[in-house]
Amino acid sequence: MYRYDEFDERFVRDRVRQFRSQVERRLDGSLSDDEFKPLRLKNGLYLQLHAYMLRVAVPYGTLDSRQLRQLALIAEKYDKGYAHFTTRQNLQYNWPKLKDVPDILDLLADVEMHAIQTSGNCIRNVTSDQFAGVAKDEVEDPRVTAELIRQWSSLHPEFVWLPRKFKIAVTGAGHDRAAIKVHDIGIRILRHPETNEVGYEIVVGGGLGRTPMIGKVVRSFLPKAELLAYLEAILRVYNAEGRRDNKFKARVKILVHETGEEEFRARVEAEYAKLNGPTVNAPEGEVERIAAYFAPPAYETLPERSEALEAARASDPALDRFVEQNGFAHKVPGYIALTVSLKGIGEVPGDMTDAQMRAFADIAERYSMDELRVTHSQNLVLPHVKLDEVAEVYAALKANGLATANAGLITDIIACPGLDYCALATAKSIPIAQAISKTFADDDRQREIGELPIKISGCINACGHHHVGAIGILGLEKSGVENYQITVGGDASENAALGERVGPGIDADQVPGAVEALVSVYLRERQGSERFVDTVRRAGLDPFKAGFQAFVSGAGQEAAE
Amino acid sequence: MTTTATILIRPEGQVADEWTSVATAADLSLVEGPAIVPFDAIDAALAERRNAPLGVHLPNHVAPDAVEPYLTQVALVSVAFPAFSDGRGFSLAKRIRRAGFTGRLRATGPLIADQFADALACGFDEVALPEAVATRQPAEQWVEARSIVRDHYQSGYEGGASILEQRRAAAAAKAEGSHA
Ligand code: HEM
Ligand code: SF4
Repeated sequence: MYRYDEFDERFVRDRVRQFRSQVERRLDGSLSDDEFKPLRLKNGLYLQLHAYMLRVAVPYGTLDSRQLRQLALIAEKYDKGYAHFTTRQNLQYNWPKLKDVPDILDLLADVEMHAIQTSGNCIRNVTSDQFAGVAKDEVEDPRVTAELIRQWSSLHPEFVWLPRKFKIAVTGAGHDRAAIKVHDIGIRILRHPETNEVGYEIVVGGGLGRTPMIGKVVRSFLPKAELLAYLEAILRVYNAEGRRDNKFKARVKILVHETGEEEFRARVEAEYAKLNGPTVNAPEGEVERIAAYFAPPAYETLPERSEALEAARASDPALDRFVEQNGFAHKVPGYIALTVSLKGIGEVPGDMTDAQMRAFADIAERYSMDELRVTHSQNLVLPHVKLDEVAEVYAALKANGLATANAGLITDIIACPGLDYCALATAKSIPIAQAISKTFADDDRQREIGELPIKISGCINACGHHHVGAIGILGLEKSGVENYQITVGGDASENAALGERVGPGIDADQVPGAVEALVSVYLRERQGSERFVDTVRRAGLDPFKAGFQAFVSGAGQEAAE
Repeated sequence: MTTTATILIRPEGQVADEWTSVATAADLSLVEGPAIVPFDAIDAALAERRNAPLGVHLPNHVAPDAVEPYLTQVALVSVAFPAFSDGRGFSLAKRIRRAGFTGRLRATGPLIADQFADALACGFDEVALPEAVATRQPAEQWVEARSIVRDHYQSGYEGGASILEQRRAAAAAKAEGSHA
């Protein structure tokens, strides 16, 4: 894991002092409210429906136990005893007081954390693959690149006042678990087809929100050493030319779309040709310095197969089920990565109590080389567990209500805060997730249905990623009543696709039934081992539309009776 | 721009502004000393061949290529900041410096003290601030705000070696030491 050196430490402390000064100058009237607002946003502080919300950066989703314990302490002392993991691998506190925020930031700095640029029109927290350093299909650990970008983007003198927020994601693996095609910039680490040299594919202009778009490849191969200069070129073109007349058209995806892919590429390359790359790029040795922190931990040499685990699985079906569903193959023999679901049946997706955080920190410290990850589906990961110790880990998780075996299944739902917390919401989101989760609570049924990511947003801004849900649910408001639009076929992976509507919007209480109707179409139509999204792709939208329509008419009749 | 009273802030604090802004080239005859004309009046102003230094005021959306030919002919370039949250001026400044401009580069508009360090890093020398903003945020606040965050990660900007460059220098010094 990356550790701060004296420069990083000083920088983060300085940033806290800067924020303290900004709060003071707001209170004494030097800064107007309009001036203070973007300053607090750039430090992750939102004003929400009921209170302030503080969003803490978890760069590329990696944490250690000391950090998680500190987060638990903050939850206990300054919030209501819990925190919320987000779809951008961050963590949110929903109830801090403004006066406490500088102290919270100090507590974060004590464990090498911050809230820098977790909001506002700037480059946001960089996200990555939750299985970085673990996955077998990885060219290189993407966190080295992500850390370099974290540093480069922090308080960038030129790019802090962009037309709109700017999100960068990095993956180092063949299978994209970082959703790079729906980010402002997506970076894929790959090998040059001829020279075998490691470099980057650069994708620009993806995004969700009210105008969802899949990103375009702007450079198919960028030598590794040139990354920062190339990013500077993209950001400069965007900063100079991105629209500022209309907030809804200000993302880089709109610039790429309106300029045209070819022309946009030409402008970036023209800027790139003009700038003096060597003065911008990381100096020699810096990438190696960062990479050394991500060197593989001291794995033991272990057999591929663990007799202890096999025996335990044979005698405990629940453990067996947990490993089957939540286990992820580790590149090192004798180890496994375990997804820990924060989606217990009927729970709030992504919420964790301070007690759970502490217990989980103990587990990560003892069994996972002191490391844990946050996923963009609002779950956690224990990345390096010995197969021999899985049964112990399972028991410890279970004792803390963290052993739900539903990773990737229909109850592993992503939901944004929606009307429960969010000032922009047009509809509830969390209660819808809870209702669907209860409908599909039965284990065997979930297993029969298989991989089916449901994603729910409480308004058109799409924080819940509904566009890329195999089933996507968007909550709107129609003449004062909450109304939900359902899409199918979305996919956030390397086969990125946006979901399509199956029919007219429906009422909140119809949503679980509608999902059941879509699932039964899938179970009827599926061939072989097809996942839900595969069936939508092959069979097309029509059977799903028909099934949905039949459900809606049926439900309508019932209501009329 | 002739109507808004401004104060001038430089790294050392508030200084007197010897430059006068005029709206058209014809108005140049009304002022003595250094004068700033809007970009659309620059050709006419250059044709006047005044004896005093000339500056040009640019909208922040101007194409850098259109400005380049003038950079050797003016002593000051002023970049408009219509609002503090509109960051285009930072990129324009960077491009103007890259094109080789070595004269005075001025940010003109309602910036805030917290942007001073960034403005200087992008190549600005000074900020011409509307008096209304300066009343709330006097020059001392600018000087102070500028130095709260002491280091920066980005290479290729003004303001000394970046953190990455300092690390490299430290590593090199260490290697040097171990050889001795
Ligand atoms: C609770 C207060 C929140 C507010 C006011 C808020 C606001 C917004 C807005 C306005 C957008 C649309 C921006 C655009 O398209 O330009 C957006 C997008 C987004 N937000 Fe939020 N959000 C909130 C919470 C969250 C949470 C909790 C998450 C994670 C679970 C999140 C993650 C995202 C993501 C991933 C997008 C995707 C759209 C994109 O980047 O293309 N937001 N948010
Ligand atoms: S999608 Fe809408 S309701 Fe949900 S968190 Fe984002 S802004 Fe709020």
